[in-house]
Amino acid sequence: MSDDRFQAAVAAGVLAGEELHRSLLASIVETARAIFAAKASSIFLLDEDAEELVFEAVAGEGSEDLVGKRFPADTGIAGWVLATRQPLVLEDVQGDPRFRREAAESTGYVPKAMMAVPLLYEDTALGVLSVLDRAKDNRFTLAEMDLLSRFANQAAIGLDLLLRARRARTALEGTDEALQRLAHLGRNLEALPPERRPSALRLLAALEEIIRP
Amino acid sequence: MAALNVADVALHETDEELPAWSLPADAVDRIRVDLGWPAEVTREWAFGDSTGAGVRVCILDSGVEAGHPLVGAVQEAYAVSVDDEGNAIVAEDESGDRCGHGTACAGVIRGLAPECDLISVRVLGEGYKGSGRVLLAGLRWAIEQGYDVINMSLSTTKRDFAELLHELADSAYFRRTVLVASAHNMPVESYPWRFSSVISVGSHEDPDPFVYYYNPEPPVEFFARGLEVDVAWLDGSTLRCTGNSFATPHVSGLCALILSKHPRLPPFQLKSVLALTSDNVGPSA
Repeated sequence: MSDDRFQAAVAAGVLAGEELHRSLLASIVETARAIFAAKASSIFLLDEDAEELVFEAVAGEGSEDLVGKRFPADTGIAGWVLATRQPLVLEDVQGDPRFRREAAESTGYVPKAMMAVPLLYEDTALGVLSVLDRAKDNRFTLAEMDLLSRFANQAAIGLDLLLRARRARTALEGTDEALQRLAHLGRNLEALPPERRPSALRLLAALEEIIRP
Repeated sequence: MAALNVADVALHETDEELPAWSLPADAVDRIRVDLGWPAEVTREWAFGDSTGAGVRVCILDSGVEAGHPLVGAVQEAYAVSVDDEGNAIVAEDESGDRCGHGTACAGVIRGLAPECDLISVRVLGEGYKGSGRVLLAGLRWAIEQGYDVINMSLSTTKRDFAELLHELADSAYFRRTVLVASAHNMPVESYPWRFSSVISVGSHEDPDPFVYYYNPEPPVEFFARGLEVDVAWLDGSTLRCTGNSFATPHVSGLCALILSKHPRLPPFQLKSVLALTSDNVGPSA
């Protein structure tokens, strides 16, 4: 097994579960929605292999059952933002030639206006953060675009963490049973109450002694 | 006031070759340049009555829809691709624009400089996707053609391309081709707008296409109109767009106006003229 994969596997053993990363993304879209007083906000992740955008987190209108829903990566406004790696602001989404009505309708909420920004981590475009229908009379300014862009950096880091955890898990699942057990052991050890840790560590030391080659 | 004395400059350039790294005392006379630079550079001196005539502006983008009401005639159009061995292929192109972005830029430039020549060099495909290699090949080719202005409402975040782009930007600078490049709309590292040899452009919120600001705190050096701009789009349509992509052609258009009145002005002086005539610079600011 390569060092990389081993490290990934160990990381999976000790890292927090996917739920924690998910809640980070959920909190980001909740906050984005609150900051812009918007109807909804969502994060799409790019699935490069499938060339699809996947809803990873949704807040507000139409949020039920959307997580996990997929679209072709070149679809609509999110697809445009992903390809151009530039934020986009539209006051009339439905009149825009890039808008794909079918895709929007399938989410259960068709916006009138939106802002979308790519989630960039180093050289890679990981996905798209979008904010739909800001409060009325809240005219869009360049400062708002700047704010959303800064916010997107945070979302991109969250998304990158989620992806790393998933890669670690995949690497772990591909390994033999012994290593999987080891990783589980590491995770369980982390979760032990403090009073039980010393005895667990003594047991591990003894185990190490016995199985030394 | 007198415009740049082109004949003198051209004569001295083609005259006896100077040593590359030094200037002998008796050679000073040979590099004398009469710029006709006024005591105060005004907009009237810079581009008053100019139409952009005689200036060739290249739009390195997704193509341009010729005949669009806001664009008019496109003098030349090419498409760039790269073969399996990485060699650039540049061919004449009649397929117009694949996504609207290049047409938008062309319309803005035409709006400011109605009589400039527009040359479309397509390096982006449908949906504005392009490979870095195609972008580099297209830029290299455009610089070799000696266009006066190259509008680049695009950038790449790929570090691998940064060094090559830097070299290309410098070679354009020395060949008197001005690169006008969009700053990224987000706080990320991307290129070529960060290079000092190009003119980088961000957006301001004023609706006047002739309002522009010099930024004393680079890397973004100029701000032009980029908020809710009604730009040309596909099939003769228009679209209201926001972003530095649309601010950049405003500065390209201004460059065309200035170069039409002061042909062959080198990029560093062109940048100075823009700075000195900016809305936030000088006694009128």
